[in-house]
Amino acid sequence: MSDRKFVHPYIPNSVPGVKAEMLKEIGVHDAEELYAEMIPERLRLRGSMDLPRPFPAEHDLKKHVEAVLSKNVTCGEYLSFLGAGCWQHFVPAVCDEVARRSEFLTAYAGGAYSDLGRFQAFFEFQSLMGELVGMDVSGQPTYDWGSSAGNAIRMAARMTGRGEVLVPRIISPDRLSIIENFCQPSSTPGHIDIRFLGFDPETGTIDIEDLKDKASSKTAAVYFENPSYIGVVENNGEEISEIAHENGAESIVGVDPISLGVLRPPAEYGADIVCGEVQPLGMHMHCGGGLGGFIASRDEERYVGEYPLRLISVTDTSREGEYGFGQCRFDRTSYIGRDQAKDYVGTATALWAIVAAVYLSLMGPKGMKEVGEAIVQKSHYAAKRLSEIDGVEVPFSGFFKEFPVNFNGTEKTVSAINKSLLKRRIFGGKDLTLEFPVLGRSALYCVTEVHSKEDIERLSKALKEAVK
Amino acid sequence: MKGSEALRSYHAPVWDEPIVLELGREGERGVIQPEVEEEIRRDVGDARSHIPAEMRRKSPPKLPELSQAQVLRHYLRLSQQTLGMEFDIDMGVGTCTMKYSPKVNEELAGRISEVHPLQDEDTIQGILEIVYKFGSVFLRQISGMDEFSFQPGGGSAAAYNNACMIGKYHEVNGELEGRNEIITTIFSHPCDAACPATAGFKLVTLYPEEDKGLPSVEALKAAVSEHTAGLFVTNPEDTGIFNPEIDEWTKIVHEAGGLCSYDQANANAILGITRARDAGFDMCFFNLHKTFSSPHGSSGPGCGAVGVTKELAPFLPVPVVVYAGGKYHLDYNRPHTIGKVRGFVGNVQVVLRSYAWAMSMGAEGLREVAEVSVINNNYLEKKLLAIPGVTKPYKSRRVDQIRYSLEKLRDETGVGIDDVNRRVVDFGVQSYFTSHHPWIVPEPFTPEPCETYSKADIDYWAEVLRHVCQEAYKDPERVKGAPHNSTVSKIDSAPLDDPERWAMTWRAYKRKRGDVRR
Repeated sequence: MSDRKFVHPYIPNSVPGVKAEMLKEIGVHDAEELYAEMIPERLRLRGSMDLPRPFPAEHDLKKHVEAVLSKNVTCGEYLSFLGAGCWQHFVPAVCDEVARRSEFLTAYAGGAYSDLGRFQAFFEFQSLMGELVGMDVSGQPTYDWGSSAGNAIRMAARMTGRGEVLVPRIISPDRLSIIENFCQPSSTPGHIDIRFLGFDPETGTIDIEDLKDKASSKTAAVYFENPSYIGVVENNGEEISEIAHENGAESIVGVDPISLGVLRPPAEYGADIVCGEVQPLGMHMHCGGGLGGFIASRDEERYVGEYPLRLISVTDTSREGEYGFGQCRFDRTSYIGRDQAKDYVGTATALWAIVAAVYLSLMGPKGMKEVGEAIVQKSHYAAKRLSEIDGVEVPFSGFFKEFPVNFNGTEKTVSAINKSLLKRRIFGGKDLTLEFPVLGRSALYCVTEVHSKEDIERLSKALKEAVK
Repeated sequence: MKGSEALRSYHAPVWDEPIVLELGREGERGVIQPEVEEEIRRDVGDARSHIPAEMRRKSPPKLPELSQAQVLRHYLRLSQQTLGMEFDIDMGVGTCTMKYSPKVNEELAGRISEVHPLQDEDTIQGILEIVYKFGSVFLRQISGMDEFSFQPGGGSAAAYNNACMIGKYHEVNGELEGRNEIITTIFSHPCDAACPATAGFKLVTLYPEEDKGLPSVEALKAAVSEHTAGLFVTNPEDTGIFNPEIDEWTKIVHEAGGLCSYDQANANAILGITRARDAGFDMCFFNLHKTFSSPHGSSGPGCGAVGVTKELAPFLPVPVVVYAGGKYHLDYNRPHTIGKVRGFVGNVQVVLRSYAWAMSMGAEGLREVAEVSVINNNYLEKKLLAIPGVTKPYKSRRVDQIRYSLEKLRDETGVGIDDVNRRVVDFGVQSYFTSHHPWIVPEPFTPEPCETYSKADIDYWAEVLRHVCQEAYKDPERVKGAPHNSTVSKIDSAPLDDPERWAMTWRAYKRKRGDVRR
């Protein structure tokens, strides 16, 4: 088939004359002859694949794809109050500029001699995350919050030699499902049993008595979140960590790091391992493609030795005063250890680590404080406005960014309310009715620094009409 | 220093750039936050009053304080000190398919940046259509599989996903306790061993026969038993050798009651040539950031696109994008689903780029990608085997890449692959991918000259290696002392494994080494 006259801009050697020269050098007539030496006839696909007519012209391709994408609506066009694991935040233009940089965008697996800048950017990501959460070790990013929690729980299970983890009952069902997979099926030897901690119906925080009952010498770790899935700030962190430690368990805290300009760093209330989601730190939502997780811990061998991730360490070079970088204890990883390694590692979300480093460098301590305060003020303002609507209630106070809005006092289901909001070009909060029946007919509303007073008034007005 | 006539004079950028935490002055601002209106401030009061007292941050995080231009400059300098694929002839990084990522696709991917994954289905019909068609049209034709998931965020994540599905399959059949072994080969990617292990399986690893470079059918027969849960293999393996008995392999595993998962990380040169389904696999995955041109992103975000047969479709992670009643839907109704391996639908911006790339190719173009890749690889082989010190273990013809050895060079000159790898960067090419561990092939390197590279590119790349190998015979110390034209001098790796000296953060570095060094 190599006599075809197909020349594609992405394939320089599709030029027939060039291809002929190369084939001559190899000593065969066509590619077919090469394949015939390697792949038996019975495994060959004969005939052409049945695919749509292509658009080799860039202009035509763009027109085609844009036509399909025009069927989407974006959160720029509509007003959105969706969160639940992926959040709309302000993304500085410099973050986008660096994310698009050819060098970072298209690098992959080169070493520090060719890619020193990439290694330094990863080290800076780890360093800035360390400052934020109060830990001395952090690694390269994971896929998302769920996988970082799963990895952290497995680290704790290996460290303690125990097979049970306590997690809050109120947790993102997506995240829980990811964690469940990491905890393995019950019939496998490495299985980790997940036990749930109840919550205080008044505050939404973890029920400490329930924790005391369930924590034992079997507990590998207590995992809790700040803020929780429904936005509640867990104010008993210190006591929870103490109970974990008294039972010889690790304290693992999952965080939304954009809260850490105003919320206490988990290391200060006893966390041994911190994990969470980096998407708020300069990543667009990308329909869920903006997620990336992180893990941080104490700088002790017993923690470092259990990380599945690449850990970039700064080191010296043969030139005085010059920084070099490399992989710390790389033999931990599955690239070396295969099935004997600490879990598995692979291509995850490195570009987002670089963008998060840019974001935190732009924000600085003042920016992080201000964004945290803005989120608290705007979300509490929204909660106040919404709870003024007849039949609408905001059950918990002391939240960050997200809060359940309960509609039990109205005749409407969340789904009907959201349909009605949609007609007014508003994405209402995520429906919690089926996820957490205990919360009644509730929706999880997310208000961030990007929402203006006018946006909140618009929601309030639309909701008033929607619940009628 | 100028190399031989054909080689260009190159020097990497050297900015001697401080760590970002060493830069800036107190009070500088990189960006101002959106306004909090006065009415809101008045109405809700101090933000701190809404945070429980014991949960308030007392001292601010020690982040740098920098103005905007200074932040941008710092990260642009770091980017310049990174040799991205677009700057060099990046075919040394085999198994990774360092192909060109078309710029137009970056523009298109930007169109979904402000879409939230939980929006009403009616408002995301465009992206759902693209995800659906990329699977059910393109990947179905390429693999022969029936249904697809794009949830795993990379190749290893997809291998892990498949291991979870195999576990669930045997669990549903009440056999998981007994079926606890996964078989793989040593030349399959390490994820094919590590991911099943993370999902709870024991691994049985098959080693190649001396002459063929592949494990024998007899070895596989001896490995299967009533404990066999499944098979995880790449094909062609990381050596570039295609296992011609692969259908016999899947048959043996099926007869033992196991399932077969195909790691298609090395699929670039077999698009439209041979299919997973026809070789008897139950599931497979493609790395969209490799074969399907989405940029590697310094190591993600990527996508491990999973394809399965109809029989295994009930086990897929949820939601699956389906088409029914004239609309695209997120289908959560999968009776045996493993649940989730990642949040939401996955890295759909990666799927979008892959769709655009595949739509620019069509059936004929994809076939051309495969054919040119196999021609490039065999052409490069001719060039490389003419270089003193380079050998090719195992005799057979290769598909997309070849694992070569510099054992001869090392024995004759004392210069090994690590030295060569530091030296080639002096000529503006990316350091090579050696091999995953263990190094069955001594002093290995594995170039993959995919369709992106021109004949002139391949000739230059081979010329760099020829120059360095010749230098190893003439002036070995020059190679061992490399790099000479790089961003950084020789790096001391000893502190990396020493708890007293390793430092994964600036705060740890300062604690261990005393305050700032300059």
